[in-house]
Amino acid sequence: MNNLQTNKAPLKPELKRYFKFLLSELKPKGKLLTPFNVISAIILLTAAVLLVIRFAKGLGSITNLSQDFPWGFWIGFDVVTGVAFAGGAYVITFMVYILRREKYHPIVRATVLNGLLAYMFYAGALVLDLGKPWNIINPIIGNSFGVSSVLFLISWHFLLYMISEFLEFSPAIAEWLGLKRVRKVLNSLTLGVVIFGIALSTLHQSGLGALFVMAKAKLHPLWYSEFIPILFFVSSIFAGLSMVIIEGSISHRVFRKLISPKHHGEYKGIVLGLAKICAGTMFFYFFLKLLVLIHGQHWNLLNTPMGYWYLTEMIGFVLLPMSLYVKGLQSAHIPTIRVAAIWSLLGIIVNRLNISIIAFKWYAPNHYIPSWMEIEVTLAIITMEIIAFRWIVNRMPVFQESPLWESQQKESGSKDAKKYTEMITEEV
Amino acid sequence: MERRDFLKTLGAASASLLVGKSALAKDAKPNEEFVGVLFDATRCIGCRTCEMACAEAHNLPLPDTDNEKIFETERKMSAHQWTVVNRYDTDVGQVFVKKQCMHCDEPACASGCLTKAMFKTKQGPVIWRSEKCMGCRFCMINCPFDVPKFEYDSPNPKIQKCIMCYERLQQGEIPACVQACPGGALIFDTRRNLLEIARKRIYDNHDKYVDHIYGENEAGGSGWLYLSPVPFEQLGFRTDIGTTPYPEYSKGFLYSVPIILTLWPGILLAISNATKANKEDIERGAKYE
Repeated sequence: MNNLQTNKAPLKPELKRYFKFLLSELKPKGKLLTPFNVISAIILLTAAVLLVIRFAKGLGSITNLSQDFPWGFWIGFDVVTGVAFAGGAYVITFMVYILRREKYHPIVRATVLNGLLAYMFYAGALVLDLGKPWNIINPIIGNSFGVSSVLFLISWHFLLYMISEFLEFSPAIAEWLGLKRVRKVLNSLTLGVVIFGIALSTLHQSGLGALFVMAKAKLHPLWYSEFIPILFFVSSIFAGLSMVIIEGSISHRVFRKLISPKHHGEYKGIVLGLAKICAGTMFFYFFLKLLVLIHGQHWNLLNTPMGYWYLTEMIGFVLLPMSLYVKGLQSAHIPTIRVAAIWSLLGIIVNRLNISIIAFKWYAPNHYIPSWMEIEVTLAIITMEIIAFRWIVNRMPVFQESPLWESQQKESGSKDAKKYTEMITEEV
Repeated sequence: MERRDFLKTLGAASASLLVGKSALAKDAKPNEEFVGVLFDATRCIGCRTCEMACAEAHNLPLPDTDNEKIFETERKMSAHQWTVVNRYDTDVGQVFVKKQCMHCDEPACASGCLTKAMFKTKQGPVIWRSEKCMGCRFCMINCPFDVPKFEYDSPNPKIQKCIMCYERLQQGEIPACVQACPGGALIFDTRRNLLEIARKRIYDNHDKYVDHIYGENEAGGSGWLYLSPVPFEQLGFRTDIGTTPYPEYSKGFLYSVPIILTLWPGILLAISNATKANKEDIERGAKYE
């Protein structure tokens, strides 16, 4: 849309209309002085001041990072945990576009949008943590490809995955702007992009775990295993879906008036379906963890302080939330499932922080504890994500129905769908 | 459109396959004749001349080498000090040990570096290149010896560590610390020759040395080699880091990348095809499309 604004030639009436439309959409809708907005403004301003200090005086000025702990809260929570939380998008698109479980179609857009924003903001927070952020393009432009690095793979995958998620979400943008033909083209890309996105997700979700396989001498033996990448991948499934359940619950309250009554009716079934997958993958994850423990033969370490913490994670943050999911499923009780989802998310935080911070160099005399300023900046990033999400769902068809012209185009729905499936058949 | 998309996916997948392959090929290249340094703890007198020479050669703050008190606590390398000499009270009395970057044969720091800023040169020294570095500090996470240090107090930070005086080597000189050492505790040579010297010293003086050359196999072998009169754990060395070159640990994961990127799209397309057959589903789905 930038070229619209910089175009010096006299604007055609059509373009002029768009320009006006965009300008009007940029303005905030609703009241400005709400409690949420005021608190957000304070958080964002504080973070802005902190970041000025950080970039003027170096990372040590606002973080508690040290030579012993080069990675802290910004990597351990923002990136390693945040990306797991964003795993919902690849799981939901897998179910809808590959398994064709149409039941989950209504939540695709919100989930993909959440995933996209999470990657943009949380993975984007990586920039704040880099010592030389102006060199961030080096692994991309090809003057120095460190192809043997797991981090190289992750940086490429983040970039490509953000593009895939943007393409997956782009039909909603086209509908917002009323670009009928563009939307048709974008829609036809969906299956290809989804497949690409799932392959990328598999690799970078597990890749975040693979970051720590070379830290063998530094990670506590109860957490170190060559299977960390697989464990990260499996846990990203229920981490992502638990996040979808929580985000859905919040959205259904906050954006109630945007959501059609029909969707409200379908919602319970969707949550129960997601809870079932969470419970199943958590069981699988627990089983894998058990195998890894048996394989590692470190029982003697279980009876140490770190061992107790390990057991707390295994029982308190995997087994218990899993049982709660099962309980909520048996009684089809949504509030129980919500609690289980929150508990699972806490479990993922515990697990990711264990591997990246707590069990990392557990032997160091002065262990890293994040400074309040690091946590403040993370809060600001989450706040910015929420604001972006709110801005988008208030304008684009994420929760509400697609515009009328779109459904009219699909009036002869089955015919179109048939053509669509024929196209795919040709391919194989 | 769909077909083209599929081809694109395949193209991307095979491109990454090639990248994967070249990465493996590079790792498999046999070692060239690396140079290194042998440190003999039985000959070090703790004068710290090497610390001074290192600081002078690299414009680092000069250490106060007259201060004997600093031996009371074990010091670590820092962002302003590439090498330190520590004193250890052992079974055979006081032993001094110099520490710096080990210059591993297959360094974890370099193989983990996504911009090749940390770089293993053909001659052996592991160097750091400022213009490539992003400051991600993954090298610090990976290094089993905790060597690379980061300037947390600088807006344009450097990674600081011993580079085996790489510039001096280019000009035919030897590392500053080796040149300055008055006690003959340091020898600079090819790694192969150093191992021979070390083995001979152990063989000739069974009672003087423990039968172990630290760095011969640790983490797959390193450029710096150590001889000691006492077991190495008494000298603050990590003895639990194993003999596997550290890049091996992430190889399994990197191998899986081309496999997943080629297999996944095919499998997913097949599943997608298998699930689309039901006409009722199509009709129901069309409502949402």
